[in-house]
Amino acid sequence: MTHWFRIVLITGMCLLPATNVFARSMVQVKGSDTLINLVQKLAEAYMQKYPGKVIAVTGGGSGTGIAALVNGKCDVANSSRLIKDKEIAQARERKINPKRVVIAIDGLCVVTNAKNPVNKLTMDQLGKIFRGEIKNWKDVGGENRPITLYGRQSNSGTYDFFMELVLKGDYTPKMNQMNGNAQIVEAIKQDLSGIGYVGVGYVRDTKGVIVVKVAAKAGGYYGSPLNQPDVDTGKYPLIRPLQQYVNGMPKPLVRDFLAFELSKEGQEIVKQEGFFAIQPEYAKLNKNLGL
Amino acid sequence: MTRKTDDSSKRTRRARRKESAIHGLFFLNGALVVAVLLGIFVLLVVTSIPAFREIGLREFLGNTNWNPTSFVRSSYGILAMLVSTFMVTLGALAIAVPLGIGTAAYLTEVASRRVREIAKPVVEILAGIPSVVIGFLGIVLVGPAIARVFHLPNGLNAVNGSILLAIMALPTIVSLSEDALRSVPRSYEEASLALGATRWQTLIRVKIPAASSGTTAACMLGMGRAIGETMTVLMATGCAPAMPTSFLDSVRTMTATIAIELGEVPYNTTHYYALFTVGLVLFIITFIVNMISDIVLRKYQKVSR
Repeated sequence: MTHWFRIVLITGMCLLPATNVFARSMVQVKGSDTLINLVQKLAEAYMQKYPGKVIAVTGGGSGTGIAALVNGKCDVANSSRLIKDKEIAQARERKINPKRVVIAIDGLCVVTNAKNPVNKLTMDQLGKIFRGEIKNWKDVGGENRPITLYGRQSNSGTYDFFMELVLKGDYTPKMNQMNGNAQIVEAIKQDLSGIGYVGVGYVRDTKGVIVVKVAAKAGGYYGSPLNQPDVDTGKYPLIRPLQQYVNGMPKPLVRDFLAFELSKEGQEIVKQEGFFAIQPEYAKLNKNLGL
Repeated sequence: MTRKTDDSSKRTRRARRKESAIHGLFFLNGALVVAVLLGIFVLLVVTSIPAFREIGLREFLGNTNWNPTSFVRSSYGILAMLVSTFMVTLGALAIAVPLGIGTAAYLTEVASRRVREIAKPVVEILAGIPSVVIGFLGIVLVGPAIARVFHLPNGLNAVNGSILLAIMALPTIVSLSEDALRSVPRSYEEASLALGATRWQTLIRVKIPAASSGTTAACMLGMGRAIGETMTVLMATGCAPAMPTSFLDSVRTMTATIAIELGEVPYNTTHYYALFTVGLVLFIITFIVNMISDIVLRKYQKVSR
């Protein structure tokens, strides 16, 4: 019987919402796993420059970050997707006013095993593959081999971004839902039949996988996210801004950090981490927040 | 003489008072446990009620598709998760029970004292390995091995989860089964041997049946551990939400679903309530498992008496 109690406790602990035990003098950043490494580097550089300031960065996925912001459990939500209308409504109900700051540009990469001869796909083919309509590599010019799909879990912004931009429908339930970008890369390294999507920061200098070139339409230009001009000109179709959401006009502690991220120094770190610096149109948007 | 009785009566009175104080303390401890348990149960039920109202029992138990963040239409069917959880758990038991009882029999019957003194703590250390570490082993070691053996593109499936959970359940099963085998009265063994049975026959026909209440309890505890385990299965089974058709399919258990989705869900939405309902179902299942093990235990105890 005591064991039964233990199970209850464990289940209970899983279910009880995490309480915020951190002091408020610290900036809490939470969310996207695509952004976590980058923002951690930015926070480290910031804390080194300004000793005494504390920025805590945790992951969990974009949905987790936005939910935390909506529930008043963090100061900054990292997100690789735009906030949804539903989430804005939920935030308003709780008197929270989410504001968007774009801090970097990501080329979302579609990766396959290095031994797979298929190295380019169209958006339409990608949609069919991930909706489960194309099930074999031979249908997209590869070997006769069933396709194994690796995606993210539903709390991931990348999951949502890919679903809305590429699938315009539901993922096939046969897709393996992995626990992060790195796990997808590791799985595809070992799986000849695998295909998945990860942020560009995770595939620079990675051996064993190839980054597929993607065209917006059949017969169109096949762009690569590793090619800067393709990203800058928008010829690569899977480009997305990476953003942070804050509640209303940020308080000085938070604003200082955001300003650092957007500074020349911060954007240099963005490039070092494999992402792209923000384009002028987003810089204009950030100005609205006084940044 | 009178002083002495006075003294001793005072002493007994003091002792009695102390005893009743301790009695009260233990009662409080017991009551606290029950209160926590009831609190959790009430919390689960109360937060689950809106889900039943908004989703409906038919969708919840009849639909195989769980996709609350769907592009088209949210669906809240737990059937695939339920099947996944049972597959992984039963798979784990199928591996861990024979292995565990076998190990326990070896430790009590065959192993020399020296071997036993080394082996038992080693088995118990196994219980202390964090589940993330075991999940990681599932990804880098067990998964690729399964892929090679079964000629699959990858090893993220129910078999992988079962093997890992079996490893996690082993220490409990070995340790408790060994205690049960050891507590079989020596006279049973002596009587069996005196009747001309070999040691093997004695072990299989006399000792293991005599210890069956203990071994059953051990297996049930192992099962409880397997059902409730989250991190390991979340990492190693691929988490595809489709209804599994074989042990070589990727599965997504109830615990994994709660762990993945509870972090992202805005409070007080249908999705949020639905996750609590999944928790409630999990709670009820473990409750039933433990009730059954309790009943079995009691029945066997009566027989052996």
